[in-house]
Amino acid sequence: MKPFDYVAPTTLDEAVHALAGNPAARVLAGGTDLLAQMKGGRREAPLVVDVKRIPDLLSIRMEEGGLRLGAAVPCIRIATNADVRAQYPALAEVASLIGGTAIQGRASIGGNLCNAAPSADAVPLLIVLSAVARVAGPGGIREIAVEDFCVAPGKNALGEGEFLVDLFLPKPAAGFKAHYLRFIPRNEMDIAVVGVGVSATVTDGQITTARLALASVAPTPLFVREVTEALVGKAPSAEAIAGAAALAEAAAKPISDMRAPAEYRRHLCGVLSRRALTAVLQ
Amino acid sequence: MSTSSYNVIGTRPPRHDGADKVTGRAIYAADFQMNGLLHGAMVRSTHAHAILKRVDTTKAAAFPGVVAVVTADDFPQTPDRIVDLGEGETPVSHLRGNVLAKGKVLYQGHAIAAVAATSLQAAEQAAKLIEVEYEPLPCVLTAVEAMAAGAPLLHGGDTNVTAHVHHAMGDSEAAFAGAAIVIEREFTTATVHQGYIEPHAATVLWNNDGRVNVWCSTQGSFVVRDVVSCLLDLPVSAVRVTPTEIGGGFGGKIPVYLEPVAALLSKKSGRPVRLVMSRRDVFEGSGPTPGSMMRVKMGADADGKLIAAQAFLAYEAGAYAGGMVGAGAMCVFAAYDIANQTIDGYDVLVNKPSTAAYRAPGAPNAAFATESVVDEIARKLKMDPLELRLRNASREGTRRADGPKFRRVGCVEVIEAMQAHPHYSAPLGEPSHAEAKRGRGVAIGYWFNIGLPSSCVISVNADGTANLIEGSTDIGGTRTSIAMQAAEVMGIPVDRIHPAVVDTDTIGYTGVTGGSRTTYATGWAAHDAAQDVIRQMKLRAAKLWQAEAVEFADGVFQAGERQMTFAELAGKMSETGGPVVGQASVNPRGAGGSFAGVIADVEVDTGTGKTTILRFTAVQDAGRAIHPSYVEGQMQGGSVQGIGWALNEEYWMNPEGRMMNASLLDYRMPTILDVPMIDTQIVEVPNPAHPFGVRGVGEANIVSPPAGIANAIRDAIGVRLYHLPMNPPAVAAAMGGQK
Repeated sequence: MKPFDYVAPTTLDEAVHALAGNPAARVLAGGTDLLAQMKGGRREAPLVVDVKRIPDLLSIRMEEGGLRLGAAVPCIRIATNADVRAQYPALAEVASLIGGTAIQGRASIGGNLCNAAPSADAVPLLIVLSAVARVAGPGGIREIAVEDFCVAPGKNALGEGEFLVDLFLPKPAAGFKAHYLRFIPRNEMDIAVVGVGVSATVTDGQITTARLALASVAPTPLFVREVTEALVGKAPSAEAIAGAAALAEAAAKPISDMRAPAEYRRHLCGVLSRRALTAVLQ
Repeated sequence: MSTSSYNVIGTRPPRHDGADKVTGRAIYAADFQMNGLLHGAMVRSTHAHAILKRVDTTKAAAFPGVVAVVTADDFPQTPDRIVDLGEGETPVSHLRGNVLAKGKVLYQGHAIAAVAATSLQAAEQAAKLIEVEYEPLPCVLTAVEAMAAGAPLLHGGDTNVTAHVHHAMGDSEAAFAGAAIVIEREFTTATVHQGYIEPHAATVLWNNDGRVNVWCSTQGSFVVRDVVSCLLDLPVSAVRVTPTEIGGGFGGKIPVYLEPVAALLSKKSGRPVRLVMSRRDVFEGSGPTPGSMMRVKMGADADGKLIAAQAFLAYEAGAYAGGMVGAGAMCVFAAYDIANQTIDGYDVLVNKPSTAAYRAPGAPNAAFATESVVDEIARKLKMDPLELRLRNASREGTRRADGPKFRRVGCVEVIEAMQAHPHYSAPLGEPSHAEAKRGRGVAIGYWFNIGLPSSCVISVNADGTANLIEGSTDIGGTRTSIAMQAAEVMGIPVDRIHPAVVDTDTIGYTGVTGGSRTTYATGWAAHDAAQDVIRQMKLRAAKLWQAEAVEFADGVFQAGERQMTFAELAGKMSETGGPVVGQASVNPRGAGGSFAGVIADVEVDTGTGKTTILRFTAVQDAGRAIHPSYVEGQMQGGSVQGIGWALNEEYWMNPEGRMMNASLLDYRMPTILDVPMIDTQIVEVPNPAHPFGVRGVGEANIVSPPAGIANAIRDAIGVRLYHLPMNPPAVAAAMGGQK
């Protein structure tokens, strides 16, 4: 690893200044991606800006209309937060799915999103929870829908000098359920071969909202909008689920690599979508 | 079988090295520190097969902090000759060429040059400045492709086949013609790595007096001594090797990679130099075990008596001749008494790292094929699979196709123990969900074990304790299992013996910690050295008491009415003639082979193709279990590695011969969450050729798990898999789950 400069701002303004005019600078939250990349020689950073001392990035709080989740909050705090567990149980689950206990003490959901890996476990769930990212930068504050946040493998929608401040998750309506299902060949220490996030609201026996997003089958986490169109307005049924799962399978654009062949990933999209939708619609 | 006639053997005392290991004080190879230490970095080939047109080290040598740079040209260019330095017969040019490539690179990761600098960062940056010009050649990655006409040739000539092993007895063709049932199937297995947790590391100081000191992680300090002296054209006595603690080896730390290079760097710099492999280096630059293609044909009569067998085994050698097919050919049908056999094995060069031993090397591949076919025969005949095996089991007097007749072996007893085990009759239980299916499989396996020389010296202390020194690197608790054999003879508790593994100057030649030989052979040396101690102490007692004859039993010396404990007599050493030092060297023949078997229950998710191991029982003949906990540990370790072979492990190569999953994240060895508690049952059929009946137990336990799991998957889903690993995509494909 090459030597680098390190700063730890304590306010959003300080962080904006630290990052300004330094396009090669990298933001450090938990560091479980960045530090591994730097140690492995896959990324160099002349300046590392540690955002873990900025209070906005470390808070979890319920607000009018939803949950505001600081970008650097470690997974263990999310998984054990009473509000999250009560209102967003699928988010608590995914936070305890990422890494082992030690990693969960550092790794953040915000970092998982910013790293923009196609296999990121949290992102499909954030998409189906309709999360919105709030980012700060030289141009002030702006918002980006999570499904638009990842633009290519390892690339996000942040402009020069911008960083993620927090995520806003709308308050779930009555009858709303969400679920993330991941397939890995081992039972731990593995990268999703396919991940499926689903959410749906059932009101009076009718599906009123439905979202499905996939991990590891496209250059970015993939929001399958067709599933929403196919399910909303229908009654939950095995046929409806099978149809939606087929759409997910068709939408996938997987590649073959050392983690799995493309055709197997596509097959899994159908199997996992069916299982995840069954879990939220049954 | 009872071990009650012993005081120490069969008990479970704490290990002597336990405190240092659990407190982190034990010194492993990369922990070793010296004043003035330089840090090394290697340049490795980015091509699987290429001519080295140019290696230019100029810029690296000029980089700040760099003290020495070496390439293959820095080795003494001695004329080529065949040597056997503990790994079988090998040309010196192959040993030298694998350590630093000359003229040609034969696999991606093949070492080309090395740099020593005052910091690791400087060494790594300088290594990147070494300019290597390649002329790429087509590469060949499997034994089948490498045997085909027109395949790229690694070492010239007209074939990549470096050896053909042929064993035959009876007339298999004629016997097949008379068989009621004949099954012939083809199997393949992936290249897999031992996956020891500690990467290779070595520190070398070429001293001013011309002696070369090596500290390294190795399974054979004398192998390192002999290879380093050979490649550097020094007498063996010029090299002293001190083995550090070792974080696993499984056979992979028998070959020598870093030490000769660190020695060259130390010679050039005049300072100690340390080289440490990364995990990627370990996967790409050390020796995995061969991928293989096997065709096995077996015939039985209507009663389930196996009457004929044929095997065609093509094993990858890797980049240099001398792979594991010979052992595979010895083991492929060893579990069965079959009168008519033909076995052909081929050692085939491919553009992968030169293969190394890995726990019963060559045998798990062969057993996967044989035990799958035997399972199919049992199904066709509607016979219980263990009953079929028992009916055909090898026993004393059974001749193997490769020549030897078995002496007393425990194949029958292992199968009977499997039949009687509660696991075998327990219900499988209901599947955990609607898309899951469960199945049970069994398999057995054999490993022959080896002897080789070992030395042991025991010095008695005046306080009634003894220091025991030996030369076998302790991987599986062998300090204690060796010391226990001495303690049994000397009639003292094992905690009064202080065992130490010492350097090559300090103890007589000792073969590798491999072939399951350490508790057997070094334990035998300890037994003999302890007897030497007792013989001398009896003389001391006789002198003290002016007695004709002194008896010794249970730690007490006795002549008539007079008696003294071991400790009391030890306290009188100085007045009876000075220190008592016992010693022994052995070179035993007759390492008793070990049979083992598994019962495996699996659940297959038919949606995803993922296999979960629900319950797993390992049974093995230990001859005599010196320390049952360590025997059980070996059985569990072999089982877990076998589960890795079965389910996920493989070198995933792209067509250019680059390993794409050279990390512990993507290589997918089983974690603790992927295996159930492995139940063990030790069988004891004493080896008549060992003073305590010991058979080596390190290896036979990995032979049958892949086949047992394959048979369980077949039982669960009704489809048999013929390739390892049986990973989720493969199982899903076999069920037709993919479109």
